[in-house]
Amino acid sequence: MSDYKKMWADLGLNLQAHDALLSVLGKAYQDIYLAQKNRPAGMGYFDFVMSEVHGLRIKELLDEKAAGRKVIGSYCVFVPEEIALAGNATLVGLCSGADFATEEVEKLLPRNTCSLIKSSFGFKLGKVCPYLECSDMIVGENTCDGKKKAYETLKTLVPNLYVMDLPQVKSAEGRALLKAEYFRFKAAVENLTGVRIDADKLRKSIAIVNNKRKAIHRLMSLRKADPAPISGLDALLANQVFFYDNPARFTESVNKICDELETRIERKEGVFPKKTPRILISGCPMAVPNWKLPWIIETSGAVIVGEESCVGERGTRNLTADSGSTANELTEAIVDRYFKIDCAIFTPNPDRMNHIAEMAETYKADGVIHYGLQFCQPYLMEAIPVEKALESKNIPTLRIDSDYSMEDLGQLKTRVEAFVELLR
Amino acid sequence: MRYAGIDIGSRSIELVVLENQEIAESRQTDSGFNPMENAESLMQGMTYDRIAATGYGRHLFEIAYNSPTVTEIKAYAEGAKFLFPQVRTILDIGGQDSKAISLNDEGKIKKFEMNDRCAAGTGKFLEIMARSLGYGLKDFGPAALEARKDIQISSMCTVFAESEVTGLVAKGEDRREIALGLHSSAVRRALGMLKRISVNDSLVFAGGVARNPCMCQLLEKALERKILIPENPQMVGALGAALLAREIK
Ligand code: SF4
Ligand code: SF4
Repeated sequence: MSDYKKMWADLGLNLQAHDALLSVLGKAYQDIYLAQKNRPAGMGYFDFVMSEVHGLRIKELLDEKAAGRKVIGSYCVFVPEEIALAGNATLVGLCSGADFATEEVEKLLPRNTCSLIKSSFGFKLGKVCPYLECSDMIVGENTCDGKKKAYETLKTLVPNLYVMDLPQVKSAEGRALLKAEYFRFKAAVENLTGVRIDADKLRKSIAIVNNKRKAIHRLMSLRKADPAPISGLDALLANQVFFYDNPARFTESVNKICDELETRIERKEGVFPKKTPRILISGCPMAVPNWKLPWIIETSGAVIVGEESCVGERGTRNLTADSGSTANELTEAIVDRYFKIDCAIFTPNPDRMNHIAEMAETYKADGVIHYGLQFCQPYLMEAIPVEKALESKNIPTLRIDSDYSMEDLGQLKTRVEAFVELLR
Repeated sequence: MRYAGIDIGSRSIELVVLENQEIAESRQTDSGFNPMENAESLMQGMTYDRIAATGYGRHLFEIAYNSPTVTEIKAYAEGAKFLFPQVRTILDIGGQDSKAISLNDEGKIKKFEMNDRCAAGTGKFLEIMARSLGYGLKDFGPAALEARKDIQISSMCTVFAESEVTGLVAKGEDRREIALGLHSSAVRRALGMLKRISVNDSLVFAGGVARNPCMCQLLEKALERKILIPENPQMVGALGAALLAREIK
């Protein structure tokens, strides 16, 4: 590990704070991930990725940069990876799932800001995120009010912030806005990398990203089996690593795990016994290392069989059509694909409601746990109609509001255990 | 066979032993600073064949005694059903938390709500308010019932409510009327929780706060129905755990 010290220092990281972060992360990974039983052998790949998440992967990115590629960081699944890749740039997710430098953060943001936003600031202010520090361009997007306004402040901390506007209504005007913004983004990427994005490059990048999604779709569909062949924690990890890893290698590794899971299913083997209560999680994205709720659920006698989340099926579910013959047509196809994302910042947002019910059925969930981050208005507001609608279909639903702290661990455990008891 | 249930809460520990479908013994003590030690002395000399734990400290007990556990939600539901088979809604207000549980027609838990992280409206809230008005806990409810009108307390937060109370006392307001106002405020909190799970007939009010007559009266008035109160309302959780110890193989 010490090999990386110089690399981290050159990136401008605060080595002491960064060491502290890595040791917390390592401990959490040990207690939450490695402590699990009956894990598929293929998860070894992800264990390796996580142990090198700030090491080898960063070195790879720096090597790519030395060879002329650029790195683009993003905070939202609305930033189209196909366009970045076609322009010879690598896209990485910057969202983080742990509180850091909270005192410093609260000098810039009100206390009642969601943990996700606070954490992004904390990682910048604490100088502990090598992904952020090695990004040549950081994309912010106008989604919820919290992020929109926070980017105004983030701009003073990161000079290379590019803000993408996004629609809030699924109308023709909304689509036109998204299209205009994707064309503007395409030009900005070309400008950054000096590469002209043509039809050929787009077709290739669409194939790469689609393959990554298809591998995840395959993984998801294997989770329909009872007993579930993989834990929700491990499946979440795959969805999280989706945002960091080299796309081709990720695809290959997920497919390899899927081969293993197919054998498990044939042998009727699972991570938990057959008839373990099955839970669908729905709500705010869970970024690394925000494993709190899934961990509580899977140590309370239930298994998670799906996540309706941007780090999950909301983010990965649709493929981009690759039939266009010109760069314009292919970019239109990208617009079409992303315009379907049913994030709660849209109003109204009936697609998400339908998708949750559909997922509950597809994955044979016994109950749904809706996860909202404290102070996240879009998801907390939708949680109430979601709960009503699911209960009217006789799907038991539990609403959880939480944050990244561990203060509510005991309370959450009791609520989740009681929910699992009622599913039995 | 004797089945025991222990409810290790944040304020108190209850222990119940069942024999032939009847409560053979029940004991209570404070949780104190070392709940496991206190649980052990509470169990001194008590004989049973099997024990199950519930409450906030259930997992500590599980580790120490290798016993099965159930959540307070399930334990209170089971205990309440044993005492009142017709029960469909349970309200439990304990020392530091409160919960509302609704059961379906077969008596299975359908939905539940718990208070969030703060102590507003729980036993702790009433205890602190009683003290700041100079009442003992036992006299607090009866005193409030003597009031002719209630003085609205606008704050639900224990800390703010306490300073509001100090202000009202300084203004020379009737202590009993302030007391009634405080009870109303705790009841409003409970009603909020009950509304989220939908109240059915046959509501059982359990937990230590159910011993407060003013809370019971105000709840009955607000819900416009008679509520059922166990003889030992704080034992319901331990009783439920004992019943579940019987079921677990
Ligand atoms: S929840 Fe909305 S804002 Fe957040 S990543 Fe998903 S699409 Fe973007
Ligand atoms: S969790 Fe909610 S409030 Fe936070 S960034 Fe996402 S949409 Fe905004």
